[in-house]
Amino acid sequence: MIVAKSLDAALIALREHDDARVIQGGTDLMVEINFNHLKPTTMVSLRHIPELRTITRPDGNTISIGSGVPYSQLEIEPVASVLPALAQASRTVGSPQIRAAGSLGGNLGTCSPAGDTLPVMFALDADIHLQSSDSHRTVSIHQFMTGVKRNVKRHDEIITAVDFPIIDGWQGYSKVGVRNAMVISVASACLVADHKSGDVRLALGSVGPTIIRCRETEQWLKDNASLTHNSVISPDIAREFGARASRECSPIDDHRSTAQYRRHAISILAARLLQKAYS
Amino acid sequence: MSMNEFYTLNVNGQPMQVQDSWVGESLLYVLRERLGLPGSKGACEQGECGSCTVLLDGQAVCSCLVMAATAVDSTIVTVEGLDAHGAELTDVQDAFVQQGAVQCGFCTPGLIVAIHHLLEENPQPSELEVKEAISGNICRCTGYGRIFAAVEQAVAVRKASRTS
Ligand SMILES: Cc1cc2nc3c(=O)[nH]c(=O)nc-3n(C[C@H](O)[C@H](O)[C@H](O)COP(=O)(O)OP(=O)(O)OC[C@H]3O[C@@H](n4cnc5c(N)ncnc54)[C@H](O)[C@@H]3O)c2cc1C
Ligand code: FES
Ligand code: FES
Repeated sequence: MIVAKSLDAALIALREHDDARVIQGGTDLMVEINFNHLKPTTMVSLRHIPELRTITRPDGNTISIGSGVPYSQLEIEPVASVLPALAQASRTVGSPQIRAAGSLGGNLGTCSPAGDTLPVMFALDADIHLQSSDSHRTVSIHQFMTGVKRNVKRHDEIITAVDFPIIDGWQGYSKVGVRNAMVISVASACLVADHKSGDVRLALGSVGPTIIRCRETEQWLKDNASLTHNSVISPDIAREFGARASRECSPIDDHRSTAQYRRHAISILAARLLQKAYS
Repeated sequence: MSMNEFYTLNVNGQPMQVQDSWVGESLLYVLRERLGLPGSKGACEQGECGSCTVLLDGQAVCSCLVMAATAVDSTIVTVEGLDAHGAELTDVQDAFVQQGAVQCGFCTPGLIVAIHHLLEENPQPSELEVKEAISGNICRCTGYGRIFAAVEQAVAVRKASRTS
């Protein structure tokens, strides 16, 4: 076990140990270890690295959140009023115990299509910072996630922070699961209405191998509705928006739900979010 | 599996040595099997039931999901270490006994820790806040009614002691 006290120390440890894995909150990794799916030999703990726990505003249009920030911090100020969709998504994660330990970086590291913060990143076009001992790169979330639990992060890289654009508009996150607390999503959606550019962006979780951005549905809406801050969306437009979104995703049947139910859930979630955005 | 980890944890105000252990061991395992503190219970080992709840740097977390060797330089408080202010039981434990909130008792230690944490942060929680605070603690016996009654009693006892 290497308990890193600084980002540099963690990066050097990763460079020197090919078998090393990083751990932040442990809420994904420890489940795998407890059930013998993973037998780690060398671990690098990121828990005590203050640089990964910061929330900064590098410029007026961006908020940058450290990968080690736990959900319990994402639910409250100063994040909640700037990124309400991220706060809403965070409040739906697990239980208070899980939210005190689980982190934004861990959600990205695991990269499950059911990860609750990922649709927010996809709808807001977030950028992921990846650091190794000798390089730094910034990757758009659209390039970062490549499949079910797959991403472009290399072994020697640490996710250090996520940059979210601050938008003038409305944003919201909704999730369907079998109960309120402690539930992995069956289907989820994040909608962002950018009043400045007149765009609506929609990203869906748990209904494809990656998070799905509904670009065709977004374009259809732009062509068929006025999208300024005082626009009104008719129920017919909202319904059609939902129906189109449900056709743009590619859900499967699994132990949590069926593809058919997931499509139905998406059509309702997307329509409701759109109406909320313009009410 | 190499058993070559040596480290010191700060548990209930005491430094405690862990020797010859495997890096993947959970804090729950280390507390129970290596440090002689069996108060925290293990049922699911996947963060779902809350029976293993401890305070890590003042936050209530599932000890089954904390890799023990990462918890160096942190303060850990288990159910055994909650401050009873010289009495045998803490006010929350006493309320559980008086309100009959314990049946098989398996969920009890985790609930006691979670409720102590809640009342430290929020001495006058609403019903919804209590439900939210213990939403990560599953009890298969009581149906929760008596647990809520116990929280109510603990809140009232603390309020009376503050105003007297
Ligand atoms: C009971 C329970 C309920 C849950 N409910 C939800 C839920 O509702 N929604 C949801 O989205 N998730 C849920 N999860 C999953 C988990 O809590 C989240 O994915 C969480 O964000 C993981 O963060 P962590 O810090 O605990 O990750 P860890 O377990 O520490 O790490 C997870 C993975 O990411 C890698 N990693 C971590 N940090 C970094 C970094 N900075 N750089 C590079 N790689 C990194 C690790 O190597 C590992 O592969 C739940 C888990 C449990 C046990
Ligand atoms: S044993 Fe840790 S939550 Fe169930
Ligand atoms: S008293 Fe039996 S699980 Fe709660």
